[in-house]
Amino acid sequence: MTPAASPLVQVKDLSVFFDAGRVGFWGRKRLTVHAVEGVSFDVYAGETLGLVGESGSGKSTTGRAVLRRVPATRGSIHFQGRDITHIDREQVRALSKHMQLIFQDPFASLNPRLKIFDIVAEPLFVHGLVKNMRDAAEAVAMLLERVGLPPDAGARYPHAFSGGQRQRVGIARALALKPRFIVADEPVSALDVSIRAQVVNLLQDLQVEFGLTYLFIAHDLAVVRHISHRIAIMYAGKIVELADRDLIYDSPVHPYTKALLSAVPIPDPPVQRARKRIICAGEPPNPMDPPLGCRFQSRCPHVMHRCRWEEPPLTERAPGQRAACWL
Amino acid sequence: MTPSLPLLEVENLVVNFYTRGGVVQASRGVSFQVGHGETLGIVGESGSGKTVAVQAVMGLISSPGRIEGGDIRFNGRSLVDPAGRKYVRQVRGKEISMIFQDPMTSLNPVFTIGTQITEVLCHHMSMDKGPARLRAMELLELVDINAPKKRLGQYPHELSGGMRQRVMIAIALACEPRLIIADEPTTALDVTVQAQILELLSDLQARLNVSVILITHDLGVVAQLCHRVAVMYAGRIIEVGDADRVFADPVHPYTRGLIRATPSLEDVTERMVSIEGVPPDLIRPPAGCAFSPRCDQVKEGCRRHQSLTPIGEDRHVRCWCAAQGKVPPAEPALVGKGPRP
Amino acid sequence: MTKTKANDLEQALSRSRYEWVDKLKELGRELRRDTAGFIGVVLITALVLMAVFAPLISPHDPTEQDLTARLVPPVWYEKGSWGHVFGTDHLGRDILSRAIHGSRVSLWVGVSVVSLAGGFGVVMGLLAGYLGGRTDAFIMRWVDTQVAFPGLLLALIILAVIGPSLTTVVLVLSLNGWMVYGRMTRSAVLAIRQSPYVEAAEVVGCRWPRIIFRHILPNLTSSLLTLGILEFARIVLAEAALSFLGLGIQPPATSWGLDVSMGKNYMFMAWWLVTIPGCAIGITVLAINLVASWLRLISDPQEREKQFARHMAGSMRKAMVLKAETERRQP
Repeated sequence: MTPAASPLVQVKDLSVFFDAGRVGFWGRKRLTVHAVEGVSFDVYAGETLGLVGESGSGKSTTGRAVLRRVPATRGSIHFQGRDITHIDREQVRALSKHMQLIFQDPFASLNPRLKIFDIVAEPLFVHGLVKNMRDAAEAVAMLLERVGLPPDAGARYPHAFSGGQRQRVGIARALALKPRFIVADEPVSALDVSIRAQVVNLLQDLQVEFGLTYLFIAHDLAVVRHISHRIAIMYAGKIVELADRDLIYDSPVHPYTKALLSAVPIPDPPVQRARKRIICAGEPPNPMDPPLGCRFQSRCPHVMHRCRWEEPPLTERAPGQRAACWL
Repeated sequence: MTPSLPLLEVENLVVNFYTRGGVVQASRGVSFQVGHGETLGIVGESGSGKTVAVQAVMGLISSPGRIEGGDIRFNGRSLVDPAGRKYVRQVRGKEISMIFQDPMTSLNPVFTIGTQITEVLCHHMSMDKGPARLRAMELLELVDINAPKKRLGQYPHELSGGMRQRVMIAIALACEPRLIIADEPTTALDVTVQAQILELLSDLQARLNVSVILITHDLGVVAQLCHRVAVMYAGRIIEVGDADRVFADPVHPYTRGLIRATPSLEDVTERMVSIEGVPPDLIRPPAGCAFSPRCDQVKEGCRRHQSLTPIGEDRHVRCWCAAQGKVPPAEPALVGKGPRP
Repeated sequence: MTKTKANDLEQALSRSRYEWVDKLKELGRELRRDTAGFIGVVLITALVLMAVFAPLISPHDPTEQDLTARLVPPVWYEKGSWGHVFGTDHLGRDILSRAIHGSRVSLWVGVSVVSLAGGFGVVMGLLAGYLGGRTDAFIMRWVDTQVAFPGLLLALIILAVIGPSLTTVVLVLSLNGWMVYGRMTRSAVLAIRQSPYVEAAEVVGCRWPRIIFRHILPNLTSSLLTLGILEFARIVLAEAALSFLGLGIQPPATSWGLDVSMGKNYMFMAWWLVTIPGCAIGITVLAINLVASWLRLISDPQEREKQFARHMAGSMRKAMVLKAETERRQP
């Protein structure tokens, strides 16, 4: 196999269950949240895989399981061909040089008591990559410049910055260790529209410059179109469709993908009003008690008898497009 | 009452926040009108003053913020004038109601849905318990909640986010208000649930003929719901007019940028269109046009003060380039006469 | 290019090194606007100065007995004299001098107990809250057991074994008081460890001691400071109570509690014996509480802004109007 064809990250049949306590008088019945169930995907070096789903779909949990932030209940995770599913804490720490995370909330993800310099330099210090202040200052100044912040920003505290600028600081921190793989957990959904594009463009530039690979998590299909090469749609802990970007938008297969597409409002009143929208009534199933068969059955407009009893597998529908639906 | 009189008029509203960093000029002379049965969308980014403007209407501005100037008239009567205190209390909550962004924090977790709706009815409509309960069930049916009888006995945490927002809408409708202010009503919801709620809101608005002010940062939401749209930037309205025409032919460079930056599923570009720069600091807002530091068509004259200038039927814009040759009306005072409680 | 940027950054960092002086000045300005808090701080400063310079300012030796001048009333009575402003006790010792020296014991016990119990309790709470699992279970069961055990009984046992002294009092009160800090710190840590910036520190590869002491502890300071100050007031009272019961400070040393206890037999003929040290205790506790409530107010950013607006809005508006006027005059 050529190196380009071997995936950087390989997730096979990943399941993550959380213990949600016990119920009943003696606590006999255990509650388990099925956050992620049987998810498999590959991420190739240099590409961006968009992971789209609504709250409770397990997209963030998947991202964190790949980073070994939450333990996998079943399945395996390979990074650069090495199985990292069961490595110990110290090895996870060493792995942080190669895999990083960008957070959703630019306000809560920076420690309010630390200066920007301390925040960005911290990874360098804890991994012993810089020895003195001078080296740290050089590295931090370079990183800040790369994400579009002036060097003297390092002397200020996070509260002096706007949301977009803080997100740049978060990106600089993630880049400090020169990782190969970055999980971006809804990095722009808390930002204003005019700033959102700046940050997405910055992420794209950095991808080219540093040869980064992204797992880009988002809650709708609007922004991922610009940054992703392939997109995986998650619903209630499962991947329902995984396809090349344009296939998702031009010829979606799964009814949930179609619903997601039609739910994105278009900023053009006549078009938006005239649009035939698929309003899928109802809400996702209870993750503690997932239904038999397809998880989308309760909201699906095309539900059939088979959907209620048999779970549809993720099968190839077109070259580069797989979907889990009996239709 | 003459039909030409708008339901709500906000005129030259000035709101300042006195913080340790300096005086934050959150609203620098905001004026808008809402007609009967009309939906006005106020669009702006965080810090543009859109929320402050409606908080002033609802009387929710509290220290360190102060309303320092301007007037808010509901049905022709002032809500700011201290002489009309009683009228203000009557209007707020009954004639004007509000829907908030986060339905979880605005519902009280220790009371059932039924108690919370009937309380509003008993308090504002002076209804008795029995009829109030029946009316509450009607209201839940109105917002498409199935099994309303069962829901009345449930607590907020037993409902999903979309369902809670429906309950909030039911409470807002309880007193048959003439104006509903919805502050980012779908921002905290999932996209598919957002689509349901938007559908419900537009349906209710048409059916009940109520006026709505919709505060949002999402132009797509405005496109679906609103008749008119006002775009705010740095504490001022920079463009206002009929929604279809503003979207089809935006005049202000900021409006144009905002529409282009909103990701659309129709035409795809490799790179997203962005507006460079950052929103201004409202402690030291730039002189003249606040957008001029980020504007790609900035000229020397943009540093002069620019008022909202009419450029056609029901279209106003605050831009030197667009309003060439038109005489701007008088300049609003930035600082009011004195504090108002 | 990068070199100059790095220089810029280093310069900016060194410039910002003394920012805390400005912050302290700002705090001082705000303190002066808050009357109650200001009075509290002034009183506590006076108390500290009194304790430090006790031998210099007290008119007599606090243990010096003068059996010829027993139970002399304060100066404003006919029999009183300027030699003993607040009178003397049943052994002819000067009450004012004893009160001044007594402040040393109270403050010393307060400071050492708060730092010992606070230090231990906070570390325990941090470990329990962050590490969780068995560490958490062990520490919290320990806390529960100790809270369930009557404090006075523990004090009696220790005092019976070691014998009463200043050190024993500090030890006993510290052993009895660390659980509050432990519990509060643990619950605060449980809230903060969920925050994205702590997760960010973990993702970046920080080990747990660094996360606890660099990322979590600094964000707890304001609430811990308020708790510590309130505990300080409680300790002052507890020391007085122990000394009153004869379990604390032993004569010939002086303590406010001890003085109240010795004066109680003479309460009806010489009220000043109990009242003067009693007032000293009362004023101290009041002053500490005033400071604590002010601290609680300013550690809440929203409340702090409201306070600021209440005092400064008028002058800020005037300045704004003036500026607008001058700008209008010279276009």
